[in-house]
Amino acid sequence: MSSSPQPVHAPPRAPIGFFRRYIFSTDHKVIGLQYYFLSLVAVTVGVVLSLLMRFHLVWPRAHMPFVSGGVMRPEQYLALMTMHGTIMVFFVLTTAPLGAFGNYFLPIQIGAPDMAFPRLNMMSFWLTLVAFGCMLSAFVVRGGAPISGWTAYPPLSGLGSITGPGEGMGQTMWIVSIGIFCFASLLASINFISTTIEMRAPGMHLMRMPLTVWAWFVTAVMSLLAFGALLAALIMLVLDRSAGTSFFIPYGLVVNGELQVGRSGGWPLLWEHLFWFFGHPEVYIAILPGMGITSHIISNFSRKPVFGYRAMAGTLCAIGFLGFLLWGHHMFVSGMNPYSSLAFSALTLSIGVPSAVKTFNWLGTMWGGKIHFDTPMLFSIGFISFFVTGGLSGIFLAQPALDNMLHATYYVVAHFHLVMAVAAIFGIFSATYYWFPKMFGKMMNDTLGKLHFWLTFVGAYCIFMPMHFVGLYGGIRRYSDFTGADYLVALRPLHMFMTIAAFATAAAQLIFFYNFFKSLASGAKAPENPWRGTTLEWATASPPPIDNFAGHFPHVFRGPYEYSVPGAREDFSPQHLPPSEVAGTAEGAPNV
Amino acid sequence: MRGSDATALLLFISLIVFVGITVYLFATGYYAPPPPITPVGLQVDHQYALTLYATGAIFILAQLGLGFAVFRFRDRGKPARFIRGNTGLEITWMLATAAIFLGLGALGTKAWSETRFQPSAAGAIKVEVTEEQFVYYFRYPGADGKFGRLDPALVSAPTGNPVGIDPNDPAGRDDIVVPTLTVPVNHPVELLIRSQDVIHNFFVRELRLQQDAVPGMVVPLHFTPDRIGRYNIMCTQLCGMGHYQMHSFLNVVSEAEYENFLAQALKQ
Repeated sequence: MSSSPQPVHAPPRAPIGFFRRYIFSTDHKVIGLQYYFLSLVAVTVGVVLSLLMRFHLVWPRAHMPFVSGGVMRPEQYLALMTMHGTIMVFFVLTTAPLGAFGNYFLPIQIGAPDMAFPRLNMMSFWLTLVAFGCMLSAFVVRGGAPISGWTAYPPLSGLGSITGPGEGMGQTMWIVSIGIFCFASLLASINFISTTIEMRAPGMHLMRMPLTVWAWFVTAVMSLLAFGALLAALIMLVLDRSAGTSFFIPYGLVVNGELQVGRSGGWPLLWEHLFWFFGHPEVYIAILPGMGITSHIISNFSRKPVFGYRAMAGTLCAIGFLGFLLWGHHMFVSGMNPYSSLAFSALTLSIGVPSAVKTFNWLGTMWGGKIHFDTPMLFSIGFISFFVTGGLSGIFLAQPALDNMLHATYYVVAHFHLVMAVAAIFGIFSATYYWFPKMFGKMMNDTLGKLHFWLTFVGAYCIFMPMHFVGLYGGIRRYSDFTGADYLVALRPLHMFMTIAAFATAAAQLIFFYNFFKSLASGAKAPENPWRGTTLEWATASPPPIDNFAGHFPHVFRGPYEYSVPGAREDFSPQHLPPSEVAGTAEGAPNV
Repeated sequence: MRGSDATALLLFISLIVFVGITVYLFATGYYAPPPPITPVGLQVDHQYALTLYATGAIFILAQLGLGFAVFRFRDRGKPARFIRGNTGLEITWMLATAAIFLGLGALGTKAWSETRFQPSAAGAIKVEVTEEQFVYYFRYPGADGKFGRLDPALVSAPTGNPVGIDPNDPAGRDDIVVPTLTVPVNHPVELLIRSQDVIHNFFVRELRLQQDAVPGMVVPLHFTPDRIGRYNIMCTQLCGMGHYQMHSFLNVVSEAEYENFLAQALKQ
């Protein structure tokens, strides 16, 4: 952290010319928006894929749009499923919370003019875009998109097209895409970590950082450790596929009646270990920024300090740490040593503890508050509800004995969609409604925002709650239709209900898109600080100038959530105002 | 009523309704799986119920607490209370959840250890399960009680040797290979699960058991079914385009029927 006060200097001018300013920009704000719009495109693709799947599950013989041949074949269903999962996990749930909002707001919230490495930042985005292009191209190559799921377990993914359609060129494009994505994420995480450590404004101690910054920081550390493992695994998989190595291929495989000559000594579980060593931290990479945003917004709209700030920062770190020690809960029934399951189970149940503390403290933040129900707050309240519901089903799946019956059923699908997808998406919506005025200088329509919230809140529960029952009944995921067993047919009414709910909820997102682009074009002009917030993003113009603070770099005088301080002039005491301008600041009070 | 009051009330009511519907659906158990057919399966169901009660209580408290907080502390013109936290409460809650979650985990280890740590009972019927895209083969060792040697180079489904039994090994001459699993009731069974190509799985919901079939590994799994019947064996591990059709049957039959089945199979 710089110890000398930064000199006030003439603000730099934005680069002239459309391309340098909006396309090949090194400005973290432009890059953040580029990530945001990339994830908007990606989430649209991902949702369309899921709708096609849901439609097929209840009307398997119907003719459908976007499906070559009209009626969907099993391998096409699996290709959609693989691409849905991959695009959502990587290009939406990793890209939007960290790449978009982290990029845009982390430097501003710590009072920095930009990221530590602006060119590296630009490179991260462009690599991510190339990765997305590679991923989409898997649809059009010979054999189509891969069918091995987002987990790509070898040998299914490791032997080429002999194991199934899409496992040739499609799987190769998938591996190349994710490899590039890993590399881009490694660069980005180095940037986030360096920026947080080195670029904080004078007075911005660690314990004065907004919880969003804590969340992005921990997330970046996790990305750095996790994506490296995945990249290594992907390189081994490529070698197995094209150089004849046997990292994951054991001796004596007979695939499609053909003996795989020259392969021996590999172990499929090695991939599972490496993949989940990345894959489990990845779900926390998706959700931690949402937790930070929720803490931030709940405090702002309750007009109260975050309840237990230190505990909130500490639990983010605890979740980040524990998140690396429990990958084995994906592998209870994999053939892994069953004794290790008990350790993974205990560690998994342990991560419920910091999660429960966070929930408790969110309620504690609201308790005794003066809650304003603007759209960002509604989505944060929704986040808490989904996080609780989705988190608790994890207590079942964390027990190997129960995983014996629930593994690979729709129960798991319900669990991770609620806690990782819906909760994280609610975090993204919350952040969008909250920061839209800052990013674009326009207000979004609050009535449309509320309508969007209600339809999505009810809709998401209607999609994912019945899935628990499908799973408990023995409904198995990744089946392209239910003719395999009689009892699966009995679940059709539930599937019908979920499909209708999915279409309705997806339609409700059109309200969001309309509101977003209408507000962008003709929304009311946003003031500097529309939500009367305390943190540094509200201490500058909307949208912020090229160097964020127009040459006037802030000093930080207090913690991030000084709301309703007794004796203060306003019910919020901004971080950058000197004590003489706010009065009554309770700096030094317990738990700061 | 002001707009924010209406929103607060609506949130509270919708969370109450959501909790009510959820509790009702889980309590009625309309979509509960059929009863288990093993003693261990009963333990699993018991552990499931225990976990449902504990997490259900937390679910109700948290969702209704959220609804209540939102409604009770809506903006009513009075300033917010300035509270930074309550370390005592936070630590109490932390210890309470740790005790509940880890306690549940400890109670659940019994069912797991019976299926995975304990060896199968002496005299268990051994059946080798070989899985490949998208079929199951079940091999019984025959009268000699010994499985014949396997050679992947000899695998040939069209010529009637789908798992590659070496004809030069006398132990393999009386091996029986069939597409469904037949076992006698109340008799311990040990499966030796393997795969010939990609990763598959062996799942029977009435057993409350599943196990991946991993190429290059032979994973044992044992159980003692106590109810005669015909149950679905399903593959739960994504194994390719025919995954959704990869299934077989577990036939639990009387001792006499089992002897009859073996005799018939040996003749073919």
